[in-house]
Amino acid sequence: MKSILKTYQRIITGALLIPVVLSLSACGEPENRSRAVYMLLDTSGTYTRQLDKASHIISYLLMSLDSGDSLAVARIDSGSFSEKDIIERTTFDDRPSVANTQKRKFRGVMDEFVKTARSSAYTDISGGMLQAVEWLKETGAGDKTILIFSDLKEELAKGQIRKFELQLDGVRVVALNVTKLSTDNIDPREYLTRVDDWQRKVLKGGGSWKVINDLEKVDNLLAG
Amino acid sequence: MSFTNLVSLWSDQPIISMVVWLLIIVSSLYLARKPAHRAIRSAATEIRSALRVAAKAITHTEHKLVERNTEVLMAAGRDDMENNIIREFHRVNASVNRDLSAFPSIHRRLTEQAELIDSDYQEAANVPPDPPGWTKAVEAVAKLRGEDASMIGKILTDIHTTVAKSQKQSFEEYRKANAKRHELLRRMMPRWRTLTQTMKEVNQSIATLQERSSTIDEQMNRYEEILQCTSKAQKTLSSSSMTQFFIAGIVLMIALIGGVINFYLIAMPMSEMVGGNSQLGPFRTSDVAALVIIMLEVAMGLFLMESLRVTHMFPVIGRMDDKLRQRMLWITLGILVVLACVESSLAFMRDLLAVDREALRQTLSGNATAMPEMRWIPSVGQMVMGFVLPFALTFAAIPLESFIHAARTVIGAVLVGLLRLTATTLRLVGNTCYHFGALLAQVYDLIIFIPLRAEEAIAGRKARAEEEKSFAETERTNHSSVSL
Repeated sequence: MKSILKTYQRIITGALLIPVVLSLSACGEPENRSRAVYMLLDTSGTYTRQLDKASHIISYLLMSLDSGDSLAVARIDSGSFSEKDIIERTTFDDRPSVANTQKRKFRGVMDEFVKTARSSAYTDISGGMLQAVEWLKETGAGDKTILIFSDLKEELAKGQIRKFELQLDGVRVVALNVTKLSTDNIDPREYLTRVDDWQRKVLKGGGSWKVINDLEKVDNLLAG
Repeated sequence: MSFTNLVSLWSDQPIISMVVWLLIIVSSLYLARKPAHRAIRSAATEIRSALRVAAKAITHTEHKLVERNTEVLMAAGRDDMENNIIREFHRVNASVNRDLSAFPSIHRRLTEQAELIDSDYQEAANVPPDPPGWTKAVEAVAKLRGEDASMIGKILTDIHTTVAKSQKQSFEEYRKANAKRHELLRRMMPRWRTLTQTMKEVNQSIATLQERSSTIDEQMNRYEEILQCTSKAQKTLSSSSMTQFFIAGIVLMIALIGGVINFYLIAMPMSEMVGGNSQLGPFRTSDVAALVIIMLEVAMGLFLMESLRVTHMFPVIGRMDDKLRQRMLWITLGILVVLACVESSLAFMRDLLAVDREALRQTLSGNATAMPEMRWIPSVGQMVMGFVLPFALTFAAIPLESFIHAARTVIGAVLVGLLRLTATTLRLVGNTCYHFGALLAQVYDLIIFIPLRAEEAIAGRKARAEEEKSFAETERTNHSSVSL
């Protein structure tokens, strides 16, 4: 009888120890679940007319991001590798009520920008990407996303050097609303080549690439 | 060496090579037939023996476990029954104290009533005085009443008048005495009624006591059955334990769902207090904090129920003296009230956050609409729910105790079932292995049936030659004996 009782005790002890051991093993390094999103807005040429659509995307981002997540929106203009091109950036507070206030403020700034945005002569997408990567690294977020709201047609000012590889390890790059230019209609290969070039560049840098042209389907924008 | 190489080892023609292989294999198998059969048989027998030994050991453990389960079941039943009997005795004691403590006063009342009735009866029994004995004389004198107006006539008339008056007075007195007697008898009626009522009360008390004593008798019978470990008692207790297990399980499930709802009620606003982004291991700190609050409430509920002596899970609390236990009761109740208030405020904050979130969502989507009327109803509802749920969770201690007690028996029964199944499976596998060994030996023989048939034919021929030889010998012997 004693041996049976001892066996029972061992079984019960084992059964109790298993969840303890499992939970202890799970208590190691906490998973970094914070997200950071850097959105690049193309303001070159006639693309400024598309900024209303970008505003919807920003609203969606503000609704999706939670406390602890970071969001930055920057314009792509003639020289985008600059802090000055960042329109607004913030890391949402741990307290949901404060985070909501930050989101309202962010939205206000963006509304103001959309109203007053001016076209730029050139389109320095690479410079913007470089700035985005730097900022995303600074946030230390576990999930990093760059959203490029552009037609992906890069036009650099004279003397600008952008022939370098981007370091995009662990960064998801999503091209939004890649509109077809009038020249693309004449030769669609131009459009395809443009998109392929960017895809190659991003994949070579270690990032992932995705194109979303139908802005009604942005529900899983941050889900990967 | 690959399979193709092996196939073409003896010849380039695979068929020839395979035939060679077949011959080699069959002759090897034929040569190794006896040791192979022995090996197969002994392996099958060994496996069967090992499995049978294992099955026996498991059956032994199963029997021990059954004994232990019976002991646990009986001990639990005995404790329950003892508690029931003690409770019945307490009830009897209370009933005796309540009803029979008033017995002296009832007795006094009964005696007084009886005395009053007796005195009334005595008074009522007094015969009223008869009309005077000279009535007959009066009647005679009355008959003498003359018509004349002589002296005698006058005297007689006077006598007549006097006697008549006296008689009338006597009748009056007689009637009064009778009326008084009737009055006395009438006065006896409520006293009789009171007496009957008092007797009824006494009867009722006695009946209650009789009822209780018959209940105690029944429970004592059951208790004796448990002490004697009868199969009827075992079945009853086992079935009761199963029922208890499932009922307590269902109630615990309901409590668990309540706990989950409680958790969702306070997890979100907790992020406002401890931050929504910090983590404890793989869990969010706010979730852990909410869970801790709920666990604290459950623990306080357990202590509260224990202090009230509703449950008996902590012997330390049970052994405390009443004063200390009462202090503990108030302390746990106080903490529970504080936690309920915290939950209620968190529930309110949750509502505020939800409203703010909704407003932000509407602002961002550009569809800002006015807040609906009567918005305060869900706020109040959530607050009330936040306040009530901790107290509701307190009562989970009762099914929890029943569940734990019943689980000992049920888990024991399940283990017995598993052990029985394992033992049967082992026996089955052992027997299958044994028969499979026999089948394997047959299959072995089937593979080498050609040399076996040849062996049989040779052996048959040899036997027949032997037979013929012995027959010839016998014939020769017979002939020689006949010739002699």
